Amino acid sequence: MLQERIPDLTKYVEPDRVRREVYTDADIFELEMQRIHERVWIYCGHESQVPRAGDYYAVQIGRQPMLMVRGADGSVNVLYNRCPHRGNMMCGDRHGNTGDFFRCSYHAWTFHHDGRLKSIPMMESGYAGTRYGRDNPDCSMKRAARVESYRGFVFASLSSDGESLLEFLGESKVAFDDMCDRAPEGEVEIVPNCFRVIQHSNWKIFLENQLDALHPSVTHQSTGRAAHDVEKLIEKKTGKAPISYHMLSAFATVTIDKWDNFQTLNYPHGHCILTGYMGLRPQDPDTLAYDKVMIKAYGQKRFEEIVGVNIHHVLIYPGLSVQSPLQQLRAVRPLGVDRTLTEIWHFRLKGAPEPIYRRSLAYYNLVNSPATLVNADDLENFWKCHKGLSSEGGDWVSFARHLGHDIEKNGVVETAAGCGTSEAPMRNQMKAWAQYMTAEK
Amino acid sequence: MATKSKGKKKAPIKEPGRKPVPKRANGKNAGHDLQHEVEQLLYRQAELLDSQQWQDWIDLFAEDGVYWMPPERSHKTWEGMPAIFAEDRNLMTVRMKRVLHPDAWSQRPLWGTNHVVSNVQILKDAKDELQVRSRFHMMELRRDDVRHFAGSYTHHFRKTKDGYRIKLQRVDMTNAQAAYDYVLQVWV
Repeated sequence: MLQERIPDLTKYVEPDRVRREVYTDADIFELEMQRIHERVWIYCGHESQVPRAGDYYAVQIGRQPMLMVRGADGSVNVLYNRCPHRGNMMCGDRHGNTGDFFRCSYHAWTFHHDGRLKSIPMMESGYAGTRYGRDNPDCSMKRAARVESYRGFVFASLSSDGESLLEFLGESKVAFDDMCDRAPEGEVEIVPNCFRVIQHSNWKIFLENQLDALHPSVTHQSTGRAAHDVEKLIEKKTGKAPISYHMLSAFATVTIDKWDNFQTLNYPHGHCILTGYMGLRPQDPDTLAYDKVMIKAYGQKRFEEIVGVNIHHVLIYPGLSVQSPLQQLRAVRPLGVDRTLTEIWHFRLKGAPEPIYRRSLAYYNLVNSPATLVNADDLENFWKCHKGLSSEGGDWVSFARHLGHDIEKNGVVETAAGCGTSEAPMRNQMKAWAQYMTAEK
Repeated sequence: MATKSKGKKKAPIKEPGRKPVPKRANGKNAGHDLQHEVEQLLYRQAELLDSQQWQDWIDLFAEDGVYWMPPERSHKTWEGMPAIFAEDRNLMTVRMKRVLHPDAWSQRPLWGTNHVVSNVQILKDAKDELQVRSRFHMMELRRDDVRHFAGSYTHHFRKTKDGYRIKLQRVDMTNAQAAYDYVLQVWV
């Protein structure tokens, strides 16, 4: 069907522009789910979300409802959330504990935490002489083809072949290193709360916005100005405003011409890094106390390396946006061609003093909660983008900003000095998209 | 509207199934009055929200007052916890200034709310504090979309010489855990 209508998808992506149907065509969306989300490594969750045997979390990979579950042997499994008998979903909750085994609520088939069939009621009398029984793998819950984790972050791929998780992540694995290294104990643990917000737009619009250094001073002007006003009032009264005000007021005080001083680094597979102001190190007593704990854990030299990492955002294409210096991430779950769920999590640095946790928590609450002071205007833009692209007022989306100024070294595209607002990250994502979509299986 | 009659003492209204109102320490038969006074306060707060009188709404809070919406009923404090809202008057002011800014793009489309507040129960009536539980239902229209939010308010009022001020308003929304179709722009 799609093949007849669009014989050559490669014609939809040019170096400086992309056809609008890439965002709005329902058949292209289905193909994306098959060829991208249900093939590559997708983030499931963090191991600390399922600390005890039987703990599970439901997660959507492409169109597949999956379960991440901790086994009695300590391993983390990712299974299709489906009973092989009549197709009933095994768990209807978003998370919980399944006990010593899974038990289907329809006909009481039971399964081990790794998906293997445990029992069928009256198996002997009911299934003697049939193909159904423990020896038939089709009677077990189906497992994700591959599961791997890196520093506690669990990924699954529904394709049995392909590169390893680390090969896939490449340089973008710094998202997890930066997050974990900032913990005196070298690990993070989940803050048990997930904020879930649905965007009325295609999943790619969100990802493209994450490293769009030009939009903040335009989109978030209102919040920046409001926070700046109140920051000044507090400073007048008490001398010092909490750092969270600075994080918000930067949207207004870092004016549009200054965002070109940032830089993006663009890697194979569509992954990108935006460097920038989150590396800022205040010299308040809380930070100094944290520095002391860190120096004790790592030594002065390693400490300087760790806190010197200059990252604002890491985008792991096609499903994860990580703000490592603030220990939070947004996982992208496409629900349909024009609906996208974001699942937003925060992590605690193990061994760090409480005020450091509270500082990043303030950002999580103010920016990433469902009552966000920031994302309300992003989501409005995303919706408007999607609606505009659904029209026949034009055929193309432009990604030409600073085109021709990118510097390519060993497959990594860096934006040139003074070109931080380059649309290189969007070009890089679309390059990966075209490769995935046209790859032969 | 209830009007106070001067001088004359009114006989208590007899309602079937209703317990007699307890006398307060000062001898006044104040139960009905307090219930009425509290209800009027809650209605006024809802009215200020729905008519978008943000500064007047903020001024219902004490100087150290907090508006808190936990993501889960089990949370006992906002301190150190993820919260949908945990705002003091300074943060409320940021939110107000944001929505009033001409470039708050998400505020451009037609947007409005309608709150109904009911089931008002006085939980505690102490010397300087009053705790009240109520239920709310809020309907929101934004562009062409209607959404519903419902739950309970727990108000902790401080008694001051200028009347009641909110020390803490806790909002337990029944759909706090549901996925948000778009976000919440102002207080519920």
